Amino acid sequence: MADIAFAPAKAKSQIREATSWDQLKHNHNWLGFWFMVPAMAFLILFLAYPLGLGVWLSFTDTKIGRVGQFIGYENYEWLWDDAVFWLSVFNTLLYTFLASAIKFGIGLYLALLLNENMPFKAMLRAMVLIPFIVPTVLSALAFWWIFDSQFSIISWSLKHLGLISQNINFLGDTTWARICVIFANIWRGVPFVAITLLAGLQTVSPSLYEAATLDGASRWQMFRHITYPLLTPIIAVVMTFSVLFTFTDFQLIWAMTRGGPVNATHLMATLSYQRAIIGGQLGEGAAIASAMIPFLLGAIMISWFGLQRRKWQQGESND
Amino acid sequence: MHDFTRRSLLQGGTALAAAGALTGPALLDFAKAWAQASPWKAEQGAKLTVMRWKRFVPAEDEAFNAMVAAFQSATGTQMNVFSEAFEDVQPKASVSANTGSGLDMVWGLHTLPQLFPTKVLKMNDVADYLGKKYGGWTDAAALTCKQGNDWLGIPVATIGGYMTYRKSATDKAGFKEFPKDFPSFLELCKALKKNNTPAGFALGHASGDANGWLHWMLWGHNAWTVDKDDKVIINSPETAKALEYVKALSETFIPGTASWNDSSNNKAYLAGELYCTANGISIYVAAKDDPTKKEITEDTQHALYPVGPIGKPTELQLTVPILAFNFTKYPNAAKAFVAFMLEKENFDKWLTGSRGYLTHTLNAYEASPVWTADPKNAVFAQASKRALPASGIGKVGEKAATAIADFIVVDMFANYCTGSKDAKTAMAEAERSLKRIYR
Repeated sequence: MADIAFAPAKAKSQIREATSWDQLKHNHNWLGFWFMVPAMAFLILFLAYPLGLGVWLSFTDTKIGRVGQFIGYENYEWLWDDAVFWLSVFNTLLYTFLASAIKFGIGLYLALLLNENMPFKAMLRAMVLIPFIVPTVLSALAFWWIFDSQFSIISWSLKHLGLISQNINFLGDTTWARICVIFANIWRGVPFVAITLLAGLQTVSPSLYEAATLDGASRWQMFRHITYPLLTPIIAVVMTFSVLFTFTDFQLIWAMTRGGPVNATHLMATLSYQRAIIGGQLGEGAAIASAMIPFLLGAIMISWFGLQRRKWQQGESND
Repeated sequence: MHDFTRRSLLQGGTALAAAGALTGPALLDFAKAWAQASPWKAEQGAKLTVMRWKRFVPAEDEAFNAMVAAFQSATGTQMNVFSEAFEDVQPKASVSANTGSGLDMVWGLHTLPQLFPTKVLKMNDVADYLGKKYGGWTDAAALTCKQGNDWLGIPVATIGGYMTYRKSATDKAGFKEFPKDFPSFLELCKALKKNNTPAGFALGHASGDANGWLHWMLWGHNAWTVDKDDKVIINSPETAKALEYVKALSETFIPGTASWNDSSNNKAYLAGELYCTANGISIYVAAKDDPTKKEITEDTQHALYPVGPIGKPTELQLTVPILAFNFTKYPNAAKAFVAFMLEKENFDKWLTGSRGYLTHTLNAYEASPVWTADPKNAVFAQASKRALPASGIGKVGEKAATAIADFIVVDMFANYCTGSKDAKTAMAEAERSLKRIYR
């Protein structure tokens, strides 16, 4: 009896109002929030904070090893009249536009080719990936040698074939240097485009082509009305990444030309590095890097809204 | 990265014995005796991480490693030494300075200590000790490392850059001896081109070579980036004359110099395509070490830089200072290591190991046997004495270091020589960049 008499009293003492903590623990919405916390912390720590710090530095006169003062827009005002900065903007846009367009053309062609039934298909697909798996710096060094003004294998071969009498000044001439770095970027970037588009092509149902064949469609018509529309979302994603990677390229340029000759191949990324790290002007370098953000945001927005317009992705037909 | 263990010490000793340079046991005995008497006692359990530039002369590297190993053994300091390419030393040191971690000491190019003066350990006592003991420091070396009365680092050596040329080619061009002034130097280069034995000097972003010879050209015309009060004076009639002269000179060069980095002229010279260039002794040393380059070795000569209209030497030679960061936990060990490196018992043999690539910055080493071991070495012995600091006539410091690191003078000349800009625009752009730095 004593036990029975005691039990309700004990139970009564254990019943208490649910605290905010209890509610947090058992509310599913909050639980979801807790699960997201590690990912959010990671993003804030490694993405948002460095980006924010970079933008902040661009408004200061920070130098290597020394905290700077807030100087407002001075770094940007200085860059506005800086011929080398604008040259680097021009170079970056030219480099990105030409390299991305050509990478897309070659990548799409290779993807269509590798999607066909052909002998040694698996081996050929693996071979296409080779430029992508070689470390960037190694391939850049190889291209540096290939295009060396004195020891280029191309000049050597053409001379021995009697086609030229003097070495081609590949990396010492502004036009040639631009062509060479764009070529190296294309060589390196084509596999990414080709293999990703190939993955997209694999998802297109063969029955669509069979039906089109029965309707007497030509290969061009099949590409225009079946392949291309179904591949568009993949193309948008691939080209977004391709443009972002190309726009922010650093290693290829730094290893091949260091931005030369006479700054003709300086991209915004390499100029930012030279001013900030080599020259010690962290604030100015950060301003150059921050000036890349509008361009990159523009590229992302174009792709994002391009994708959003395609309602069929969400089960509806196109506009 | 290279950790100096007992095994690596033995390997180092073996390599040196084979090379006939430093002998392991004698060096160790000296190191132990030195450590006992040294004014700087390494902290208990000291560990030093040291970054240095990648050697161009293997024997120099071996001598350096043997010295490090002996120091480790004698003081109990754990040494962790690794090398980086010249161009990569400064960025990595800058990151370390900015983050306050990673490295204890850096041995790199002349601009290094002045780039982050607030982050380095003052070496006044070490400089005083060595200066008094070894006949004082050369002017340029001391200026490079000092800020006011403080030594931001110790100028270990100067990498002398002088003319390296093929005697047969200059003879054929009609010059029995190498020109001593700018007009005859231009005539020589024109004649070399005519004979299809061209000269070539870097016009690309070559930290050492391009900055070196183009500052010499600028200063030789009595043109300067800034005056003694750090007022920007690059836009001047003297600079215009320097631009004209260098353009005329560049028209005689082998094609491709606008793309050259610091290794390009070495490769072209040793391949027999280049007959005159400005460089350290490394081209000659590499040729001597290669049995297939016997003809080039015998034909190669060195000469001092010709003097410009200013009438006196105006050379930017590459002082290579060593510095310790003030956030190192082992400042005594760091100072002891620097002092140990420059003691006669080490340094004389190290200079010999470098075969003329390194030039002394302490006057007492002028009598080092390396300068007479091969008559072709002798020219380089003068590098540190004839040099001006990187700031020219301006104040040595962070601003001058930034201007050099940002290739402002190099780009000015390259823009005009390649036809990218006219002289006025090239000068105006350089002036604007300098004014930004010196604001």
